[in-house]
Amino acid sequence: MSVSPESFAHVCALVRRRSAIVLESGKEYLVDARLGPVAKDAGFASIDDLVAHVRRIEAGREHEELARSIVEAMTTTETSFFRDVHPFSILETKVLPELVQARARRRALRIWCAAASTGQEPFSVAMLLCEHFPQLASWDVRIFATDINRAVLDRARSGVFRQLEINRGLPVRMLVKYFDRRGLDWQIKPEIRRMVSFQELNLLERWPLFGRQDVVLMRNVLIYFDVPTKKQILGRVREVMAEDGVLFLGGTETTMNLEDSLVGERLAGPGVLFRAKGAAGRPGETKTG
Amino acid sequence: MRALVIDDSRAMRAILRKILRGIGVDVTEAEHGRAALDVLRGATTFELALIDWNMPEMDGLQVVKAIRADRRLDAMRIMMVTTETEMGQVVRAVEAGASEYLMKPFNAAAVVEKLAILGLLETE
Ligand SMILES: C[S@@+](CC[C@H](N)C(=O)[O-])C[C@H]1O[C@@H](n2cnc3c(N)ncnc32)[C@H](O)[C@@H]1O
Ligand SMILES: [Mg+2]
Repeated sequence: MSVSPESFAHVCALVRRRSAIVLESGKEYLVDARLGPVAKDAGFASIDDLVAHVRRIEAGREHEELARSIVEAMTTTETSFFRDVHPFSILETKVLPELVQARARRRALRIWCAAASTGQEPFSVAMLLCEHFPQLASWDVRIFATDINRAVLDRARSGVFRQLEINRGLPVRMLVKYFDRRGLDWQIKPEIRRMVSFQELNLLERWPLFGRQDVVLMRNVLIYFDVPTKKQILGRVREVMAEDGVLFLGGTETTMNLEDSLVGERLAGPGVLFRAKGAAGRPGETKTG
Repeated sequence: MRALVIDDSRAMRAILRKILRGIGVDVTEAEHGRAALDVLRGATTFELALIDWNMPEMDGLQVVKAIRADRRLDAMRIMMVTTETEMGQVVRAVEAGASEYLMKPFNAAAVVEKLAILGLLETE
């Protein structure tokens, strides 16, 4: 199925308006690959027919449902367990030990995975907490995992992963300890699944968060947005973060020239975390993007 | 970094060789356990052995046990690369001394991520 230039333009506008995801020209092949199945499932002979229908009905439930399916199909949901390794070792060796100390009285931690996809990222955090901070079992710890895409959230909630996903970034020690075999698939154990709550959340809309966040992981999602949207979202991130909270972005993402109040902190080893300006950093650390 | 790929399938050795060379790893190949042990007891030091499970004569689990019985090879990491995907088998391999476990089929990204877990690679 090959999308017409007119439908392509319409899909780009719709996806951008609803999710901020920018589809550059030249990405027609992506629209073909991703919307072909959507059109077919909804009973249309072509992507153009689907798009024409969505435009014609304009509003109402059917329009809403189809428009959302289009947006969801255009998201890139690639992820893996302990992706990039470093953010998780920084969490383990630096951020969490500091927070555990700083929150010793309140005994509460708020962690937000703001583009959680199929759950590998929040479950990696949950396994890490279980493995290295058993004392937190008696704390009020919330790992709030959100995404715009309802299909990935459903998969994440099930905690079921295919072999191809299990192969990606999950240390065998964690596999043995925290997963059960389910037919050909693997399911993460209930005690880990229980630590994470999944909810639909569009970063362009309201953020129904519980209090200030101690750790925000907003990784590999801003890359799809334009600069004004990145600025706007990072500004809002700063507002929902605790004063001494930290932010992790994807390996190619930064706050530099986007949100001056969030400052990159280069650590002894590889990897970067971001803190609110003026928040307690450690001496000898230099600023970086 | 130097790795020894032990697999009776020529196609599988070629796949692993291509992925590993692509990220700058020196690769030596062995088509069965005994040849592998000969290579490992030679002068060259390997940081990693990638070991198939199902091979004629000496299977991968036996190779792991033989390696772990040799103190001079203590520092070497072992990654099983196998079609064995039952939890019981994974546990047996880990108990025998495997450091990581990769299930066939896999893609290049999975191999690279496993090397990162083993601390044999910089990801940034
Ligand atoms: C590449 S994945 C990143 C997954 C994970 N954070 C990681 O780094 O491995 C990007 C995710 O962002 C989600 N996403 C895209 N636009 C969004 C928006 N406007 N609001 C919330 N989530 C969005 C997608 O649905 C997708 O699951
Ligand atoms: Mg074999």
